[in-house]
Amino acid sequence: MNIMAIVRRIIRQFFRDKRSMGLMFIAPLLVLTLVWLVLDGDDYEPVIAVEGVLPALVDGLEDAGAREIIEMTEQEARDAFEQGEADAYISLKDGRPYILLEGSEPSVNTAVMKVFQEARKGMNIGPGQMEPLIKYYYGSPDLNLFDRVGSVLIGFFVFFFVFIIGGISFLRERTQGTLEKLLSTPIKRWEIVTGYLIGFGLFTIVQSFIIVIFSLYVFDMYMAGDFWQLLLVTFLLAVTALSLATLLSAFANNEFQFMQFIPVVIVPQVFFSGIFPLETLAEWLQWISYIMPLTYGAEALQQMMIKGVNLSEAWMEIMILIVFALAFYLLNIQALKKHRRL
Amino acid sequence: MKAMVDVKGVAHSFGKENVLKDVHLEIQPGEIFGLLGPSGAGKTTLVKMIAGILEPDHGEVLIGGQPMPSLQLMKSIGYMAQSDALYHELSARENLDFFASIYGLKKRERKEQIQEVMEIVDLADHLDKVVEQYSGGMKRRLSLAASLIHEPKLLILDEPTVGIDPVLRQSIWNAFRDFQQRGMTILVTTHVMDEAEKCDRIALLRNGYVMASGTPDQLKQDTDTQSIEEAFLVYGGDNR
Repeated sequence: MNIMAIVRRIIRQFFRDKRSMGLMFIAPLLVLTLVWLVLDGDDYEPVIAVEGVLPALVDGLEDAGAREIIEMTEQEARDAFEQGEADAYISLKDGRPYILLEGSEPSVNTAVMKVFQEARKGMNIGPGQMEPLIKYYYGSPDLNLFDRVGSVLIGFFVFFFVFIIGGISFLRERTQGTLEKLLSTPIKRWEIVTGYLIGFGLFTIVQSFIIVIFSLYVFDMYMAGDFWQLLLVTFLLAVTALSLATLLSAFANNEFQFMQFIPVVIVPQVFFSGIFPLETLAEWLQWISYIMPLTYGAEALQQMMIKGVNLSEAWMEIMILIVFALAFYLLNIQALKKHRRL
Repeated sequence: MKAMVDVKGVAHSFGKENVLKDVHLEIQPGEIFGLLGPSGAGKTTLVKMIAGILEPDHGEVLIGGQPMPSLQLMKSIGYMAQSDALYHELSARENLDFFASIYGLKKRERKEQIQEVMEIVDLADHLDKVVEQYSGGMKRRLSLAASLIHEPKLLILDEPTVGIDPVLRQSIWNAFRDFQQRGMTILVTTHVMDEAEKCDRIALLRNGYVMASGTPDQLKQDTDTQSIEEAFLVYGGDNR
């Protein structure tokens, strides 16, 4: 009864507060879109250096969308790479196509390969054609960058926006005096925390759903796993963020103070959660990532989306997330003791 | 007859600040009891203990002979804090409905109670208005309505008439008299002296102790003064 009363009230407040709803649902999409625009720019037209290839291939490359085809030696091409003036070098080595990719930008690599494949198709070489030898001047073969970090971004934005909205509304309960009023009623502390988690949890389900749908079907993010399992992990991550936010709001006296948790709690999680490779970091730095919920959420999301693993294979990450959420939840009930011991 | 509220040797400190040192207080059923004192005297701390939100470091608070804090006892206590504890995005009805649900009122009871308390505070015409659009005085009255929603036996009001104009204050005090007729016990804190005159009994809280308590007339007689304000100065005078 008490819990339902809180749930119902939160739903009402949510519909009344359009701006918060907008922040929760629209803002993640907006920011995600910006990142997508930056990382996943479409139809890049590459500049290709060639040496000793058939004129038909040059024509083909041109038709397939290369911006410019320049005749130069491999050494010249390498210099051009350093100057940022060419994106690839194509020639023949021992009768086999040889492609040297500039390599620093995954989307550019993709663009070059697309143009090359299209040009070859037009040449009708037929079966038994030799696979090209591909080398990278910078970097190494990898997935599209957005594909690689997209899953982490989903996790991050869900985490971030739920953290902000959940934390601030719980904080406002205190600043507007309603928490004290609530604590003068026979409600139990765990009922308050549980009501909050369920009330907001309902909205995080909607939010997770929108973000996942948008990422998969509008951005066409690479997705090898199961949609519903992905949604479940996203939701779990959101609940963890929610329980962490309500807990931390006990340690802020106003909204402004709560915002200060962002650089402290949120930003480090971004850097340590897999957007940037951790392998090159010192070991003690890698340890930091182990205490961050986003690390596990993002890891599970990434494995699902790129490797297509199931829940059963990502159970470790999922269990850890649940433990995090549970711990934050229990700590929050304890933290409320500051306001009423009973 | 057991005292409605019995405060026994309560002491409490926040950090190094000893707000309450040794407070004794008894409030009888059905009376309007005024707790007076300068701001910072610990009035709010004391009423929060009586409401069950705070637990004293030493001593105890009994409600009807039962020790506080107790969730069971809190069901029959109404508490109105100094600040308006309302959800501003919600309408008055939704606010009251929420608090009534917390007290476990059934849907039908909630509806009836909401109507009744809103009539008492003269806001029945603004039931579906969003609280954001309420004036300060309306919010104060709605807070009062919220603390009445479950028909408490003990009503604790922390500075209920702060920032309220004299006409409205008069009507709120009339409402208190009505509640008293229904058998409610009312504890009200104030630093407005003419309000103190309206209480059945008052206590002066100062420097962590109850300096004096009794009916307003008694206190005036004891100090040989004409008003509570003067009596108050006599009791607190040693502090200057």
